[in-house]
Amino acid sequence: MAKHHVSTIINGEPVEYLCEPQQTLLDVLRDELNLTGSKEGCSSGDCGACTVIVDGRIACSCLMLGAEAEGRKIQTVEGIAQGDHLHPVQQKFLEHAALQCGFCTPGFIVAAKALLDENLNPTEEETRYWLAGNLCRCTGYDKIIRAVLDAAAVMRQEAAQ
Amino acid sequence: MPSMSFSAPTSVDDAVKILAGASGMAKVLAGGTDLLVQLRSGRTRPELIVDTKRIPGMIGIREESAQFVIGASTPGVMIFENEALTHAWPGIVEGMDLIGSEQIQGRASLAGNLCNASPAADSVPALIAARVTCVIAGPNGKREAPVEAIVTGPGRTSLEKGEFIVEFHVPKPKPHQSDAYLRFIPRTEMDIAVVGCGVNVTLDNGGVCTDARVVLGAVAPTQIVCDEAAKALIGHRLDEPTLAALDAAAGRACNPITDKRGTIEYRIKVAGVLARRAAAIAFERAGAR
Repeated sequence: MAKHHVSTIINGEPVEYLCEPQQTLLDVLRDELNLTGSKEGCSSGDCGACTVIVDGRIACSCLMLGAEAEGRKIQTVEGIAQGDHLHPVQQKFLEHAALQCGFCTPGFIVAAKALLDENLNPTEEETRYWLAGNLCRCTGYDKIIRAVLDAAAVMRQEAAQ
Repeated sequence: MPSMSFSAPTSVDDAVKILAGASGMAKVLAGGTDLLVQLRSGRTRPELIVDTKRIPGMIGIREESAQFVIGASTPGVMIFENEALTHAWPGIVEGMDLIGSEQIQGRASLAGNLCNASPAADSVPALIAARVTCVIAGPNGKREAPVEAIVTGPGRTSLEKGEFIVEFHVPKPKPHQSDAYLRFIPRTEMDIAVVGCGVNVTLDNGGVCTDARVVLGAVAPTQIVCDEAAKALIGHRLDEPTLAALDAAAGRACNPITDKRGTIEYRIKVAGVLARRAAAIAFERAGAR
């Protein structure tokens, strides 16, 4: 079967790739483009480790075909930091030790960044619901929630300056 | 996996032609949140996948004078964000919003939830309760069907080869009409309904119910339009005898199975309880407008 030629924007850069019809976006990111930050946890949309931002909305890249990405704007965890400058969510994950094994972390960071893009002042409850599609078996979540809320506070301060 | 082809047509006619021309199994792709899981597990092995999202009108919500028109592939998040629709039919929006995580909401659609044909589909009972219809495109042109005519059993629909849903027509509420949807799951998020119940009521100025639809999910092979439960409400205010009659009628309508989510007895009991609670919310909302 012929491969699909896809033109897309990934982390602000135009990217073209060839993919098989059945390859997921996650397969393409990891296996064709060597963007291995997005993780394969469950491959069924339950764990959120493969979370990416597609045209401004978070999605599980395991539940999207690579061929569907034609013309879409995709952001992965690799595009969250600006060069060496960590995004506040990343910085606060480090400071709060909001990870242990780290496998879920890229998905949490992408999802949390998307939340703060939309709402700089989420409540703890809003944050917990927003991140309900991301599973972590190490931290017990509290440190993650604290890191995200602290990052929101930093971003509010930056926005006020 | 045997070879599969993928197509993303940009018109309804092209999509119908491609679907109708498939020699083997063809699957319609909206958000993919069920389809990709089934592809991965091997539960479905289509030779063709047709992505409908590039067809104009398949994504978006349009408000007309007498109805809302919801594109079949519109993701849940856009439904949740539509203030006019949320005000008109809070129960429909609640049902869709209960499905999955934020990641799932960015992709999952009403048509996908309906055509996946799970008895537990959360968006379906409130759509049926509101007498929503779907417009179906196919080789013989377009036809309109009530939502309850689509699902014929678990994983099975009445759609013919080459057909797919293009939009939903959601009538606007009458004065003192509103709805509610509740589901029971043993946790607060990210689970599949043990029982779901959509209730849609119209009241007169005195708070007496003049029209009602009660629809149960996850208690039979398809969603059930429970006429006896609706009859228990019509002509009555929301008092205890009315609720008791509703509860009993909802329980009698159930034809559930026992599985890991609940036993037959438990589902019947919960159906009655949810019908009571959803009716109370729908009455309160209807009375407040």
